[in-house]
Amino acid sequence: MFIKPTMMASAAALLLALGPTFAVAESSHVAAGDVLAPADQQTFVSRELDEFPSIDPNLIQDVSGNDVARQLFEGLMNQDDKGNLVPGVATGFDVSADKMTYTFHLRDDAKWSDGSPVTAKDFVYSWQRAADPATASEYAWYMSLMGIANVDDVIDGKQPPSALAVAAPDDHTFVVTLSQPLPYFPQMVVNAVTFPVPQKAIEQYGADWTKPGNMISNGAYMLTERVPQEKLVMERNPNYWDNANTVINKVTYLIINDENQALTRYLAGELDKTEIPTGQYPRLKEEYPTQAQSFPLLCTYYYNFNLSDSGPEALKDVRVREALSLAVNRDVIVNNILQGGQKPAYTFTHWATAGFEAPDLPIMDMTQDERNAKAQELMKEAGYGTGGKPLSLEILYNTSDAHKALAVAIGQMWKQTLGIDTSLKNEEWKTFLDDRGKQNYEIARGGWCGDYNEPSTFLDLMTSTSGYNDAKYENPKVDALMKDARLADNPEADYTQVEQIIAQDVPVFPVYAYASVKMLNDKIHNWPVDNVQQNYYVKDIYKVQ
Amino acid sequence: MFSYIVRRIAVAIPTLLILVVISFILMFAAPGGPFTSERPLPPDLLANINAKYGLDKPYWYQIIHYIWNVVAHFDFGASFKYKDQTVADIIKQGFPVTLTYGFWSFVVAVLVGVSLGVVAAIRQNTWLDYLAVGISVGAQALPNFVLAPMLVLVFTLWLGWLPGGGWNGGQWPYLIMPVIALSTSYMASIARITRSSMLEVLNAGFIRTAKAKGLPMRRIIWRHAMKPTMLPVLSYLGPAFVGMITGSVVVDVYFSTGGIGLFFVNSAFNRDYSTMMGITILVGALTILFSLVVDVLYAWIDPKIRY
Repeated sequence: MFIKPTMMASAAALLLALGPTFAVAESSHVAAGDVLAPADQQTFVSRELDEFPSIDPNLIQDVSGNDVARQLFEGLMNQDDKGNLVPGVATGFDVSADKMTYTFHLRDDAKWSDGSPVTAKDFVYSWQRAADPATASEYAWYMSLMGIANVDDVIDGKQPPSALAVAAPDDHTFVVTLSQPLPYFPQMVVNAVTFPVPQKAIEQYGADWTKPGNMISNGAYMLTERVPQEKLVMERNPNYWDNANTVINKVTYLIINDENQALTRYLAGELDKTEIPTGQYPRLKEEYPTQAQSFPLLCTYYYNFNLSDSGPEALKDVRVREALSLAVNRDVIVNNILQGGQKPAYTFTHWATAGFEAPDLPIMDMTQDERNAKAQELMKEAGYGTGGKPLSLEILYNTSDAHKALAVAIGQMWKQTLGIDTSLKNEEWKTFLDDRGKQNYEIARGGWCGDYNEPSTFLDLMTSTSGYNDAKYENPKVDALMKDARLADNPEADYTQVEQIIAQDVPVFPVYAYASVKMLNDKIHNWPVDNVQQNYYVKDIYKVQ
Repeated sequence: MFSYIVRRIAVAIPTLLILVVISFILMFAAPGGPFTSERPLPPDLLANINAKYGLDKPYWYQIIHYIWNVVAHFDFGASFKYKDQTVADIIKQGFPVTLTYGFWSFVVAVLVGVSLGVVAAIRQNTWLDYLAVGISVGAQALPNFVLAPMLVLVFTLWLGWLPGGGWNGGQWPYLIMPVIALSTSYMASIARITRSSMLEVLNAGFIRTAKAKGLPMRRIIWRHAMKPTMLPVLSYLGPAFVGMITGSVVVDVYFSTGGIGLFFVNSAFNRDYSTMMGITILVGALTILFSLVVDVLYAWIDPKIRY
């Protein structure tokens, strides 16, 4: 695949020469017929839950850090409003015949905020730094997931960072060699950990390079102010190559821990975007139909069964697991509890994932009454529940009202349909992770968000070697299919088959597919509603009058 | 007096050391660690990160190493969670914020609380007394995590008078709601203690004597009754002051002030050992300092007390 530059460089240069006022009016992002709000109103204020653990691209591992990094920095490729790859610093890339070498062609007008050019060497430096054990980035595993040749040896310190198979044959060519073909590799370069970082500033300021005044960045915006646990402010980067087409002048992230408080401040006009607390979407949709929004978000909510030796005997019987899954009325959960536009999930992979074709599973075509009947039948065969051996199961979740509401509802459904008792156990986050990771549970909730828009980001969890396979599920067929998918031209069939196997083995059961439920100022246009990762670029949005 | 202060400071040092050691033990006992995450890190990577933060060393070594760094270099280390900041950065940034709203909350709580208490005591069993007691009971019954969102609802959303949160260097519009939210329940307690203390004092023999001498009421209250009234109030104010200036997680959460209260609570949830230790030492040292200040003030107010 090679993506052609969307803009002619000469036009951009002309707009730049005319100054920012003209540039705003001429922006290529603005839809015909939209009248832009005046320049002083071109601001974007968003709420964040907590202080950013880091805004150093190589150290970022969370969604909110990525949100900030996408404005301050620009990687090889960006995403458009549908999540498709579009040029970033690279105008496009070529893939070698063996699918192991990717050559990115970098634009020659990309600049850092201090005016110096962004070159392929900056990417080489950044990628080596991300994998370097001296950086101690928790997100180094992502570099490993990208399958760059020698990456694991570099992370483990067996080879120096310079051994990483990335090269800059000239200033505008960046070459990556993989250890094996990876069809979704290009999708992975939109993550912050792969963004270029300024060697000069890092060497000059050390860990303080991310502070305002020290930071040099190559994105559409520059960091101007940061007060931990209060706010982070950025303003236009005049050296950004596409500055002429950027409309929003100032971006502010306000850290507001309490989501109800954030909603009040949104309604008072202090914010342009905030999340809607669970259960409030229907009311807000009615009162503010153009502002309350729900978009699919690439995450799945599911329950794990502990299949390891420490798990209960009953859960080793697949009939019990299937019955428990069938008896959960997902429609009630999404329509009566969550009420935020989420969808019932019957596959582990989120329905909106690119390149995913859901198999036609029997559970999907049944009514809930049919599912309940089948569940009762299976449970009877297994000899548990009503009329059989009594069964009591414990549901473990991390402390939260939303998780509790779901656990209570699911427990009720099991009691009513199958005559099974459940007890609930909630734990504070880190204790919960510790217990779940050590299989110190019977049934535990889980939530998984895609790192990139491709089914393997979900289905890799089901392989026996995955460190995140908390159910301790092992099926050689799944392992083989996932391995095959990496090399296949069309891995869709493999993924569909894996979902079928999961539906038969039920090591986990999906409950619902997430939605991003938020209040969004209706004066903001061009928000990427169809980008299922909700990766937004403020440079692409604008405010109308 | 001087030797007493020196002695108290000498005792403070081992107290702080014990505090550090106990905090460390509790920290290590808590399940999970700073790098436990939804997605467990590969063992090699985790080992490398643990090594970088010194978590691969035995516990006793970590404790001694930490104390040595603090004592010899005044180095509290880097935050495990907020990687762009050191613990010193966090305290330098957050503590002045907390100190500012804590100080003003204290001033408001003392001024309003003492006034209400005195008025209620002097006008006992009149409508003024009932009003003052009513206000104080109401304020006491209203937890600040209820009061804070109510304030924002009224003053930001409905009236539009004040910003709903933020700090902006502590400008007064940003200070008003945090101060009200933090001071209200303290104010209520101060009012109740002042009232009952003042009532007791007003019934004492020396006040009766003063009244019999024909002194004006204003003079009796200010010259004679105030000082003894303040004694029980003072023993409440010492810990209250430390409580206010060392941060309120409720204020930080609801008003996004950026104070250390939220950092402190989050550090425990995040297993951010270094931040947790840094703020623990700060709060511990302030607690010790202000309990000493209160004891010295005691001696000043009540000549009967001698050390």
